[in-house]
Amino acid sequence: MSKISVIDYGMGNIHSVAKALQKVCGKEHKVVISNSIKEIKSSDKIVFPGQGAARLCMDNLRNKFNLVEFRELISQKPFLGICMGLQILMTFSEEDNTECLDIFNGRVEQIQSSNGQIKLPHMGWSKVNFTKDHSLRDQIGNDSFFYFVHSYYVSTPSREDIMSFTEYGCKFISSLQKDNILAVQFHPEKSSTAGLKLLSNFINWRV
Amino acid sequence: MSYTKRIIPCLDIDDGRVVKGVNFVDIKDAGDPVEVAKKYDLMGADELVFLDITATHQDRKTIVNTVENVANEVFIPLTVGGGVSGYNDVLTLLKAGADKVAINSAAVENPDLINEVTSKIGSQCIVAAIDAKFTSDGIWKVFTHGGRKETGIDALEWAKELNDRGAGELLITSMDRDGTKDGFDNNLLKAISSEVTIPVIASGGAGTLKHMLDAVKLGMADAVLAASIFHYEIFSIEEVKEYLKNEGVSVRI
Repeated sequence: MSKISVIDYGMGNIHSVAKALQKVCGKEHKVVISNSIKEIKSSDKIVFPGQGAARLCMDNLRNKFNLVEFRELISQKPFLGICMGLQILMTFSEEDNTECLDIFNGRVEQIQSSNGQIKLPHMGWSKVNFTKDHSLRDQIGNDSFFYFVHSYYVSTPSREDIMSFTEYGCKFISSLQKDNILAVQFHPEKSSTAGLKLLSNFINWRV
Repeated sequence: MSYTKRIIPCLDIDDGRVVKGVNFVDIKDAGDPVEVAKKYDLMGADELVFLDITATHQDRKTIVNTVENVANEVFIPLTVGGGVSGYNDVLTLLKAGADKVAINSAAVENPDLINEVTSKIGSQCIVAAIDAKFTSDGIWKVFTHGGRKETGIDALEWAKELNDRGAGELLITSMDRDGTKDGFDNNLLKAISSEVTIPVIASGGAGTLKHMLDAVKLGMADAVLAASIFHYEIFSIEEVKEYLKNEGVSVRI
């Protein structure tokens, strides 16, 4: 039986994420919610959901973990970052000018509200246009709808890391993928059939 | 632009059971929140709202169990409201698997509650609900406690304040229209929507497909909530979405 750890750092809808993972795993895998580095290290896959502001998220991570150790952990086994769990993998976030983990080269910027024409946060279902072929998107139609809640988006000069784009006011990157890491701006745990499929592909992902 | 308007069925929950629901032909128990929620997910509901209308509030455990059971099986955003009185209520519901919690009367009694909750767990978790009624003063005023108590507060000003205090979105119910099937109060919706930066959910008055369109076009609502038209199968969610799509509104189909 393999083990999937959902990282608990005191924020976010970790319970929703754990429930969705358990649903797609069935009895073959064990899903644990944990803030113990030892436990997380001993798991086969890691899921990092995030919510709230970037600085608060980084501060909470620093309080719970050793950041050097945490960065190593991310590079070792299949890792899924969700929402803020994507944003703090970047180099820097404009939200409260926060230094982030620098796993992906790039920045986090605020969505422009275009003089109130665009509501913030971007809350609701939008199309995800995949630009990279990957086993993680098996049986997920291109331009499938996923559920989003965010006011910031990531940008990167490393085109090869970009997995998909989405439009909300502007065209932004909605997922990144490199090596053992998948990171998504949307919430697969709240995206009905397409979201559960993505989680199931992650569970079956062999890096 | 792929920004879609959301269609949200609202389920009234009394003592752990869906009330006012009719039997969908293919589900066994119309009172079972899990079965009804699953059905709405399959039909294309963008989110679900559960409103706890249990008259006796001594025991909040029932709604928590309901949320837990639904969250184990249904994977679209789930908002829970009704009798939420403080930070601990919010945490308990989120822990049970709710994604958002609606706060109404408690925010009027203690507006700082909105700041407290959103600064600790994020704006996206909080739906601020306003029950508004047009008064003889020529403005909409806020009512609380299920519409029984007039507060004297200007609904438009209150909406702006909730926005500034950090609420993630607003659920605006017109008490003049609620239950009438005469259409949403689009003047109210538009007045609020043009003054706030956060999404606005329209509630109260849905009776026809055109009403849903008007809420979005005239009322500038970002989402439309309805209860009886879905429960009594006057329209299905698919029909609403097809209609809106044909009228040029982006929806998830």
